Amino acid sequence: MAEIRVENLRKEFGAFTAVEDSNFVVEDGEFFVMLGPSGCGKTTTLRMIAGLELPTSGQILLGGENVTMRRARERDIAFVFQLFALYPHMNVRKNIGFPLLAQGMPASEIRQRVEETAKLLRIDHLLNKSVSGLAGGDRQRVALGRAIVRRPKCFLMDEPLGTLDTEFRDLMVHELRELHNRIHATTVYVTHDQMEAMSMADKIAVMNHGVIEQFGTPREIYDRPATMFVADFIGSPPMNFLGFGGGLARGAKEITVQGARVAVPEVREDIAPADMALGIRPEHIRFDDKSGLRGAIYGTEYLGTTQIAAVETADGIIKARVPAEIRLNPGDHVGLSFNSARLSLFEKKSGRAVRTSIHDLASQGRVHHG
Amino acid sequence: MADVRINGVTKSFGERAAVSNLDLHIADGEFVVLLGPTGAGKTTTLRLIAGLEKPEAGRIHIGGRDATDLEPAARDTAFVFQQYSLYPHLSVFDNLAFPLRSPARRFSEEAVRRRVEDVAKMVRIDHKLSNRATKLSGGEMQRVAIGRALVRKPAIYLMDEPLSSLDAKLRADLRLELKRIQAELGATMLYVTHDQIEAMTMADRIGILTDGVLVQIGTPKTIYTEPANLHVAARLGQPAINLLPTGLLPDADAPMGTKTIGARTEHLTIEKAVNGHADGTVDWVEHLGDQNHLHVTVGAKKLVTLTDPDTDLAKGDKIMIRYRAPLFFDAAGNRITNR
Repeated sequence: MAEIRVENLRKEFGAFTAVEDSNFVVEDGEFFVMLGPSGCGKTTTLRMIAGLELPTSGQILLGGENVTMRRARERDIAFVFQLFALYPHMNVRKNIGFPLLAQGMPASEIRQRVEETAKLLRIDHLLNKSVSGLAGGDRQRVALGRAIVRRPKCFLMDEPLGTLDTEFRDLMVHELRELHNRIHATTVYVTHDQMEAMSMADKIAVMNHGVIEQFGTPREIYDRPATMFVADFIGSPPMNFLGFGGGLARGAKEITVQGARVAVPEVREDIAPADMALGIRPEHIRFDDKSGLRGAIYGTEYLGTTQIAAVETADGIIKARVPAEIRLNPGDHVGLSFNSARLSLFEKKSGRAVRTSIHDLASQGRVHHG
Repeated sequence: MADVRINGVTKSFGERAAVSNLDLHIADGEFVVLLGPTGAGKTTTLRLIAGLEKPEAGRIHIGGRDATDLEPAARDTAFVFQQYSLYPHLSVFDNLAFPLRSPARRFSEEAVRRRVEDVAKMVRIDHKLSNRATKLSGGEMQRVAIGRALVRKPAIYLMDEPLSSLDAKLRADLRLELKRIQAELGATMLYVTHDQIEAMTMADRIGILTDGVLVQIGTPKTIYTEPANLHVAARLGQPAINLLPTGLLPDADAPMGTKTIGARTEHLTIEKAVNGHADGTVDWVEHLGDQNHLHVTVGAKKLVTLTDPDTDLAKGDKIMIRYRAPLFFDAAGNRITNR
């Protein structure tokens, strides 16, 4: 296994810049997810790491070795497109062993490798079964086995779960992460699905228009989004924004939103008067009759243990995640108060987050999967 | 709008019963969601009501009238399919107006315009009325498809996974809109899906369909808090309910005959173990952002619950776990209700 280092990586297609001077390091054994909407440059980045696309400039180091101009097959990586395709006429053993057979490995060694891999995936009891009779989860495991049997330096995966329905996808997300916990293979995983990213990644890079907007642990990205784009892309429902005006002074601990005073994390920089936005995660909102910030219930969504309440305010709808026991009816007037310590502030024009006391702890960000 | 009553309806395809002896009453103005996996009989139920399939047994009444033998056109239903099928050569306006311009209906062009504009506003497509249908994003196309059903005021709207082809964000927006529109119109709606979130968030009542049989029907809250059996319990809730054998933890006065204990987050008290008495170990705290999952091992079983984002529990911590009024299931998998 190996570290992947990407330096000033750039890719232009004619006048269009698909990837703009990317820099990041995927540490040995890390599960790294590139997350973003379609067209953001995540797949192009992955293809350059794989050697399926040559960069316009910049370099890629795999385990310390410069592989930028090497062919794909000289890079010792495994590229997993979709985890679905199996050879229907072969049994489980032959499906898993196929990549080794193609490499010309001796049969006895293949046998041993296949059995080890099957044990790792807990499908060793199925080795002589036909793949057409397998349940969906076992089919996926066989497909995974075929990818890992070669023991490459790293795995590259491009939306491997894209075509699965939701329930099955949740299952595979956990399966993939558990497998990673067992084999610790350096993995680069591309998706547009923030739940997949949050569930599996050690580190996430959120991309937009060819630029990495933020690189960090899932927790950092969720708790301290660097831009409004990141704040909106992550979370379900995403972060709410309420506009406010005026500048901010270093040391400020309060702002005025829709005529109401709102306590915020202490501001750490001076900002000239501009259009600003207060960012609030749905779970950091409470209903509070004493609050000056008012709204009316637009609708609710029952989720069992919690519910999502959509509240119409003077500045549009904001969504709150509150306990399911609270009785709410459309049209009810409510006051809103926030968990002040967890709020974000943004400059609307640039979308950039204002430095506040929430960033003081940034360097101590906790490790995601322990 | 009208009520729909299904009595003892059975429909088979070859040997396989797609729907077995189904009884279902959808009240006037009610939003009922049928939830089940692929092949449970959801779409067949919709098609039976629409008249696209004929039942072998049973009757279907729409608005008090026996519709079992009526042709689809005579039943006054509106169907929204999973794959939006718009007329590609027509504008958004003309797509929406199409059902009103049928010769059987005879609306004045002025009445058509008013109705189309109202509905376009409702589904938030009014800024694109003159666009070609093909010049729209997927989400916009599906809103037009839903809008085209809404321009008519049929006895019942039948919707077959209309949101499943959309991306997550748009789905969340349209969920809320659809529920609001349905309430505004007082529409009778039967909606089928395999997505538990859609069922929970939109339905007045959810029907759980398995292998053509309606296993339970009730409000989302009833289905979530009082599931009839293990199957229903496992269908709703994220993270999924923990189903544990008796004897794994102190059994909280389990009634006679209990085989399995069902525990969601709200049915468990978890604390750091003191005095060396521990029931289990924390595997990891999974920060999903809006939710935080606590993964725990108890004996040979794994549990997952929601936890506070700032929990002080961490990997490797020994913990004490107690039930708090959990659900009890017997050997057949049915919930034991008489305590």
